[in-house]
Amino acid sequence: MPVITYRDALNRALREEMQRDDRVFLMGEEVAVYQGAYKVSKGLLQEFGEMRVVDTPITELGFAGVGVGAAMVGLRPIIEFMTWNFGVLALDQVLNSAAKLLYMSGGQFNIPIVFRGPNGAALQLSAQHSQAFESWLAHIPGVKVVTPGTPYDALGLLKAAIRDDNPVCFLEGEMLYNTKGEVPDEEYVIPLGKADLKREGSDCSIITSGKMALLAMTVADQLAKENIHIDVVDLRTVRPMDVEAIKTSVEKTNRAVVLEEGWEICGIGTQVVDYIQRECFDSLDAPVVRVHQADVPMPYAKNLERAAKPDAAKTIAAVKKVMYL
Amino acid sequence: MAKKKPESKNSDNSDAELNRELLHSMLLQRRFEERTAEAYALGKIGGFCHLYIGQEAVSTGSISLLRPDDYIITTYRDHGQALARGMTPRAVMSELFGRVDGCAHGKGGSMHMFDKSLGFLGGHGIVGAHVPLGTGVGFAIKYRGGDQVCVCFMGESVVNTGAFHEALNMAGLWKLPVVYVIENNRYGMGTSLERASAIHDIYERGAAYNMPRAQCDGQDVFAVRAAVQEAIDRARTESTPTLLEVRTYRFMGHSMSDAVSGTYRSKAELDEYMKRDPIALLRMHMHEQNQLTDEDLQKMDEEIKAVCQDAWDFADASPEPPLEALYEDVYVDTTSDAITEPVAAN
Repeated sequence: MPVITYRDALNRALREEMQRDDRVFLMGEEVAVYQGAYKVSKGLLQEFGEMRVVDTPITELGFAGVGVGAAMVGLRPIIEFMTWNFGVLALDQVLNSAAKLLYMSGGQFNIPIVFRGPNGAALQLSAQHSQAFESWLAHIPGVKVVTPGTPYDALGLLKAAIRDDNPVCFLEGEMLYNTKGEVPDEEYVIPLGKADLKREGSDCSIITSGKMALLAMTVADQLAKENIHIDVVDLRTVRPMDVEAIKTSVEKTNRAVVLEEGWEICGIGTQVVDYIQRECFDSLDAPVVRVHQADVPMPYAKNLERAAKPDAAKTIAAVKKVMYL
Repeated sequence: MAKKKPESKNSDNSDAELNRELLHSMLLQRRFEERTAEAYALGKIGGFCHLYIGQEAVSTGSISLLRPDDYIITTYRDHGQALARGMTPRAVMSELFGRVDGCAHGKGGSMHMFDKSLGFLGGHGIVGAHVPLGTGVGFAIKYRGGDQVCVCFMGESVVNTGAFHEALNMAGLWKLPVVYVIENNRYGMGTSLERASAIHDIYERGAAYNMPRAQCDGQDVFAVRAAVQEAIDRARTESTPTLLEVRTYRFMGHSMSDAVSGTYRSKAELDEYMKRDPIALLRMHMHEQNQLTDEDLQKMDEEIKAVCQDAWDFADASPEPPLEALYEDVYVDTTSDAITEPVAAN
């Protein structure tokens, strides 16, 4: 199977969907002439022209709203945030417009829009450029939140997000764009809301999503050497969440670690743990342990940043804790 | 779609039949809002409720010029514009009562009137937030190569929001067919324009966006029509936006919980502005032109009052939404896997 980067997978998804549906357009900062701040939109201006690949001023609240308005009357916008850290400026349009118009209008106006861009920490970008927004967005009824971790998932999930008739927040990873993985040449679409069992094991579940799925795989590799076998559940979509997949895994392993990139309080892991205690209470052999970013703004200094982020050592320690090792 | 030249400038005020339609539209809004206030006092309407009384020439003047395939987007002070666009008094009153026959089936309420079939894209409740949406509608029109226009109504307090600035900059930059109508009723809630904006002729803000701009009297329906027609023509034939400041006044408080006068404006000021009631001005003009007798007016008024009573009775009898509606319309079932054929933008 061909091996391509996460960046190229996203680019292919955009291209295929724009070829397929004239209503789809891409709008954001530096998406056209510059070819994308992270080159995700490379070549699209040349192929589709400036009406469908639209450079905007630095004006997130404005162009996110332009997208919602265009979606109200039948277009299918893809709004790129250079990072979700800037997407915060547009949160009103996600929360109060995109997510609510269907409900407030009594079912008249669905908003088929994708808000996408890199999310979470990269390297030494400090406090304002290193935030993971999954839980902020997943809190909102009316949007879907997608967090692909691999090139295969990125391609299939972005195509599904663009075809979805609801608002979808699509969270990529700056550190993921250069990662590589197998992606078939044939067209495929991955349904939103379905987790992927990235690895099977019987000793402990690691329930995670997005970039952290790669960390979970690394941890699973290391623990396999100690004869500890991890079930890695990659949620892929954190809203709606695949509760059935969580349940199936935890009922098999009886132990769970929940791993996420963002902060602890009211994080995605909080919700996962709630589902586990509701659905699998009698299956648990140990309390669930969470791994997450330290409850601080992201520091700049290398050593402090390393200490703040979830990593393999912390995750392995968590697994050993729930296994009473 | 063919691009048509406008047939007239619409500042003509001699057409008796048209004037009757304008008067009917404005009087319907007035009587409807009076009944809204009454229903609110009786507890039949809840939440925030902002009346349109005093500003009827703006809605009627603007909306009377639109084609059925044009779009309207507005703020939470939306009852008048909904009625002017042709939403039935029954649908609006039922929405206010929170009933299933409301235009949003009771899910939106006073601030969120929607009717897709009329191109009425909603009342929106966050000040300024709908201005980018209206701009996006203009983008979509241009994207499809159509000659529709989008009229985006807003209060004057909107011009101090970031969303307004961001949206108008893009509209000016990309030349989008949007008519931005600022209903300058002098107060953003209780804060006067002079206490909120660094400039007081706020249409001049259009200069920052290289946008054609104008100011007009919002109590004179003909003045509104003349100004809006020019802006519509510019949008339809040149795909150019306009920033229009329409000077009006609200005769009621900001919302139902706000006294008509008192802390931030005086009774004397209110009385002065009420001398220029837009309905009275039109009525007097029609009397002078021998287009309307007292009997005509009384008959029209009685018919309208009956329509409003009917709307009330209908809304009162309309059922509350079923409880299962609570979880409906949060998401639509997606067609993602079903669509496999290429899709055209038109």
